[in-house]
Amino acid sequence: MTRASRRDTELGLLLIVAIVTAGAYVLAGLGKTASLPANIGPFLGMILGLLGVAHVALRRFAPHADSVLLPMAGLLNGIGYVFIARLNRDLAGLQATWTLLGIVAFIATVVVVRQARDLDRYRYTFALLGVGLLMMPLLPGVGRTIHGARLWVRLGPVNFQPGELAKIALAVFFAAYLVEKRELLSDFGRGRLLPQPRALAPLLLAWGFSLLVMTAEKDLGSSLLFFALFIGMLWVATDRGAYLALGSVLFAMGSLFAYKSFAHVQERVRIWHDPWKYASNEGYQLVQGLYAMGSGGLAGAGIGLGSPQKIPAAATDFIFAAIGEELGLMGTVALVTAFLVIVGVGLRIALRADQPFEKLLATGLTLILGVQTFIIIGGVTQLVPLTGITLPFVSYGGSSLVANYVLLAMLLRISNDSVERKLRAGGAAAPAGAVDG
Amino acid sequence: MDRQIRRLGVVLLLLFSMLFARLNYLQVVKANELSNKPGNTRKATKDFSGDRGVIQTADGVVLAQSVPSADAFKLQRQYPERDLFGHLTGYFSFTYGAEGLEKTYNDDLAGHTDRLRNVRDLLSDRTRTGNLTITATKKLQQVARDALGNRKGAVVAINPADGAVLAMWSFPSFDPNPLAAHDQRAVQASWDTLTKDPNRPLLPRAYRERYAPGSTFKVVTSAAVLERQPDLAAKPYPVLRELDLPQTTRNLKNFGGESCGGPLPQLLKVSCNTGFGQIGLDLGPQKLTDQAHAFGFDDRPPLDLPAVAKSVFGEQDFAHNQPALAQSAIGQQDVAASPLQMALVAAGVANAGTVMKPHLLAEVRDSEGAVVRSANPEPWQRAMSPQNAAALRDMMIGVVNGGTATRVAIPGVQVAAKTGTAQTVGDNSHAWMIAFAPAEAPRIAVAVIVESQPGLGDNVTGGRVAAPIARAMIQAALAP
Repeated sequence: MTRASRRDTELGLLLIVAIVTAGAYVLAGLGKTASLPANIGPFLGMILGLLGVAHVALRRFAPHADSVLLPMAGLLNGIGYVFIARLNRDLAGLQATWTLLGIVAFIATVVVVRQARDLDRYRYTFALLGVGLLMMPLLPGVGRTIHGARLWVRLGPVNFQPGELAKIALAVFFAAYLVEKRELLSDFGRGRLLPQPRALAPLLLAWGFSLLVMTAEKDLGSSLLFFALFIGMLWVATDRGAYLALGSVLFAMGSLFAYKSFAHVQERVRIWHDPWKYASNEGYQLVQGLYAMGSGGLAGAGIGLGSPQKIPAAATDFIFAAIGEELGLMGTVALVTAFLVIVGVGLRIALRADQPFEKLLATGLTLILGVQTFIIIGGVTQLVPLTGITLPFVSYGGSSLVANYVLLAMLLRISNDSVERKLRAGGAAAPAGAVDG
Repeated sequence: MDRQIRRLGVVLLLLFSMLFARLNYLQVVKANELSNKPGNTRKATKDFSGDRGVIQTADGVVLAQSVPSADAFKLQRQYPERDLFGHLTGYFSFTYGAEGLEKTYNDDLAGHTDRLRNVRDLLSDRTRTGNLTITATKKLQQVARDALGNRKGAVVAINPADGAVLAMWSFPSFDPNPLAAHDQRAVQASWDTLTKDPNRPLLPRAYRERYAPGSTFKVVTSAAVLERQPDLAAKPYPVLRELDLPQTTRNLKNFGGESCGGPLPQLLKVSCNTGFGQIGLDLGPQKLTDQAHAFGFDDRPPLDLPAVAKSVFGEQDFAHNQPALAQSAIGQQDVAASPLQMALVAAGVANAGTVMKPHLLAEVRDSEGAVVRSANPEPWQRAMSPQNAAALRDMMIGVVNGGTATRVAIPGVQVAAKTGTAQTVGDNSHAWMIAFAPAEAPRIAVAVIVESQPGLGDNVTGGRVAAPIARAMIQAALAP
């Protein structure tokens, strides 16, 4: 595939995304039950404008990057925006600003990170950055507790969750570290089932660290995500099943410890087990979410025609239930499919990358997106106990949006670099199929 | 690493498959159950803020309508006639749900039943709510209200030929407007006031309250004689002041301590307790019970309103309680009837022995004026043969022409009627009247009850207290 056609595909997909989201926005603004002002102009301009700018930046700085990721993220961001605007007009303006910042961060990442392997050199910087960001809410003065979780940092007028960016920084560090120590970590010695203590240390460190985060910040979702990311990357890097087994044991121990020690963890599990028993108190949010999705049924109530404002935190953690009510199963399946496409493309980028570091980084970044999506959608649908975490690109939330656009930019950078290297190695005569990564 | 990445892909695919499966379970398999859970107020909110049809009377007076409002619900339900039709329209309240016609015909009013006729309907913005016209008129309802005045009681008027309810008034009534308001605190305050009122204004006495029917029940006892033991009709009952009841020392007395007796028409004319008490003993419990059932006792009248009271004859071991049987024959003891049921008794006699299904619905029209459905007169009970009904009608004419119901007589119109003065707790009595007219071709059957008149004297009888109300209703209904 030529450089031009890949970006052209992206442009075409972006146009479809713009039409779909603008259509959804118009529907929300139409008729007697309008929940939005019907002036479509500025909104369409913003969507097209921002995605267009991102597209142009890719044309210029990463022309061989994958063509599906940006449109998929744009679709999720756009649909999410329509629902946020439909639910809370005040948040809509903020989310538009965050989207702008997200795209700026996206372009900045694509421009600043000229080669993915540059990141490798700053691994310890990223490690410090990651740990620092993760611990930041615990600092007295800047840290803030919202809804019982100490995840927030207040800087001037803005609150943000540094944990969102920490995940990316740590993924970069893990990728670099694990590639370097791969030999050591996979060498268990002759006939041993477990790695040597020296190799085991990082695993225990990560475990302890995630427990610490969970205990100090009461953030189950991030703790789970962080641990899954580390174990997943460790296993991919070493191909040692023992790590998975050990990770599972540690996870079980950690879960048991959390369940025994923390009332809020027990409460989550109780609600998950039987939300109807707590329908009017602790389980209210989950039950309202289930009502919303059930009422949505197959085809949904229609945008603006349901009552998703009944669900607490409908614009953030529970936006998926709101979408389930108004777009129905058709909408939710489309949304989950969009995430699945992103995950699939992310792993394909990992497979086609030729540098171990890039492979592992792409895997880790994809894992973050996939696991986070599963945790929150599973929580909202009562598949797993609920842990408050944002739905990537869709939920309201500045830190989440900016972090996920940065993550997306990194995946695209890796995608572009591996194709470029192949092109350079194989020359312009390389068959199209060989470079389709 | 590629092998592990592929495996990781499989794991993530499995996780996402679980999400897909779970979504199908929630949004398809469990969808109905979830959307119908009591805690899920979505349907109520949608109904409450959705378009809703108009309810109007047969004479074109709007009883309920939805007008635009500036708040989140977008529409405000209004009841322009306030308390005059409060017990019929009921209310449509977000907090307390729906009552009355608003409840019975919710699906029509909210447009749930209007079927799509073509694809264009699917795309158009046409309101598909149904508009309700009822059989009652404001004119007659107002007459009932004015005639009853500030006395607790009820007035029910029915067209005997088709069961159409012409008027149904209960006092005290309530104004549905405060209950349909959008300020939920104010709604709750109004609700509390209404539910705490000892006069129970929320109770539609006409169809949801039961009273001892007293002597109006003698119409049913007379029908039992004609239908089930006709030889008793000609039997001259002895003139007595008191009937010596078996198994007790308490005797059955006539009203006001008078003496009476004679054959059935004479007994009905003067409402002779001793005579009807003996008839009850002569008939036995089975025949009396069967005849009460034939008029619809112990069955719920199929009126199109929620929670219509079932009238009861009362089950007793009459063999071992003969006094109860004699008391039941004169509408005391455990006999309890709603004003609606007693109107249906009169209507049954008026309509050649057939009680038609009572109904308030005349028709439902869609927003374009096309009739969606209309009332279909159907028989409910076959109480008597036409011959026996005619004989009973003649006896009830006798009650008006020189009996206890002379005050219901109207010049130029033959009225047939029966009075009742039911003794209640203490020395109070309920004044009753059931009547229909014109006797030869009845167009209205009416039941009137005025609750708890003080004392047991002549001035509190159905013939004095209830008759003028019944008369006013008949005059208004028959006026050109």
